[in-house]
Amino acid sequence: MNLLKVVGPVMVGPSSSHTLGALRIARFVYKFIEGRPEEVSFILHGSFSKTYKGHGTDRALLAGILGLRQDDPEIKNVYEIADKFNLKYRFLFEDLGDVHPNTVRIRVLKDGMTHEVEGSSIGGGDIKITFIDSVPCELSWDYDTLVIVNRDAPNALKSILSTIKVNVANLYLRRVNLLQERALTIIELDEPINNLEEIRKLPCVFECYFIRRDD
Amino acid sequence: MFIWKDILEMSRNIPLHQVILNMEMFETGVDPDEIKEKLSKMLKVILEEAETQYGKKHETLTGMTGDNAFKLRNHTPNFLSKFSYMATVTALSIAESNASMGRIVACPTAGASGVIPGVFNAMVKIFNPTFEEMLEAFIVAGGIGKVIADKATISGAAGGCQAEIGTAAAMASGALTYYIAKDAEKVGNAAALTLKSIMGLVCDPVGGFVEVPCVKRNGNLVNIAISSSEMALSGIKSVIPFDEVVDAMKKVGSSLPQSLRETGEGGIANTQTAKSLVSNLKIFLL
Ligand code: SF4
Repeated sequence: MNLLKVVGPVMVGPSSSHTLGALRIARFVYKFIEGRPEEVSFILHGSFSKTYKGHGTDRALLAGILGLRQDDPEIKNVYEIADKFNLKYRFLFEDLGDVHPNTVRIRVLKDGMTHEVEGSSIGGGDIKITFIDSVPCELSWDYDTLVIVNRDAPNALKSILSTIKVNVANLYLRRVNLLQERALTIIELDEPINNLEEIRKLPCVFECYFIRRDD
Repeated sequence: MFIWKDILEMSRNIPLHQVILNMEMFETGVDPDEIKEKLSKMLKVILEEAETQYGKKHETLTGMTGDNAFKLRNHTPNFLSKFSYMATVTALSIAESNASMGRIVACPTAGASGVIPGVFNAMVKIFNPTFEEMLEAFIVAGGIGKVIADKATISGAAGGCQAEIGTAAAMASGALTYYIAKDAEKVGNAAALTLKSIMGLVCDPVGGFVEVPCVKRNGNLVNIAISSSEMALSGIKSVIPFDEVVDAMKKVGSSLPQSLRETGEGGIANTQTAKSLVSNLKIFLL
């Protein structure tokens, strides 16, 4: 554990796993869909579902999906902020199976598109994003992250990588649907990219999202 | 990995806080000035929040706490020194602010976030130090926390409250000692004396919420940090060196049953009153 992590982070209380981790999962989704959704459902599992209000998990999740930072004193009042933005939100409780006890599945609707992201708060504010649009993955969001849905075809990865000028830390590639020839490529980067549009224009790329990490 | 013995060795010729920054650079590759800058931002938040929250009433998430800092602030101390009194009020204030979703620095964790502000706020008010002096003491606190995090754990779920508030108090006593004496050996003794006195403390939050007994533990254990520092400054040594105390704390932590590690099933959380409180809370929580 590095020194800054021992001494910090700056956050709102009361719990790094139930508050900070929850907020970060939701904020990941906010950045993934590039803004506030019109509708959101939080499907809470395990310990998250049992104690969500007493730990402020509900407000942390709402704050994250509205894009608030982890140390924003307004998090307390996030229900009013959500109403101001006309956000439709629901908290549901479900057994999501054999997953970490602090897990939430977030379903959002924005500009007519639905996305679903599942993540776990694994302690100390660290998170693991485990599903993006039903494709399994394992993201810590410790890196600037590119999520690309691309054609499952020869040379697709090569052409994507050739547009990336910064150092790649980790790379995951998964087939989403063989018949539709779709694959998901997740690339964790040491530095942010500035040519997102170039990647989006590649013929092999269907969808491309860039999720900058928080500093 | 930070080992206290190595840190002591190196601090023969270089000031302790600089040794800690240098070691962090060796480990992470981050420039010491950059680390220092980030730490100074955190210290500023700690001081700001201590100032604004001092003795305030808070509406906490469960309502089980919230007016303790306020009560103590409006009370004339009979036994505590001015310094200890201010530290205690501050520690309660920040712990209650944490429980009401206030901004805190998780130093070293959210549940234990009152102790460090306690000693630094008292330092400001009683000794009027420069920011740089405080920052050096804060870096030393960080170094002690990191030794514990590296060798053992700072999570209540893994090692009990001794690992959480115990670590916070060890960090605080080291910081105080360094502020007064700039003596690395004494810093190690203060941290060891503190941790030895909190050895075995279980993590037993009522209902699993970071309020009871957490808030008042922040208020009480900041005083162990202060008395340990006072002892170390007088030249009292810990018979057992800090590294070994940390190793022992780790072993104690892992031998604690699950029920005494943040599950809210043992200790204070398993009392008659706690159980009936929680069943009443459930009505409005869910
Ligand atoms: S009792 Fe547990 S939750 Fe409360 S402060 Fe101690 S370690 Fe943290």
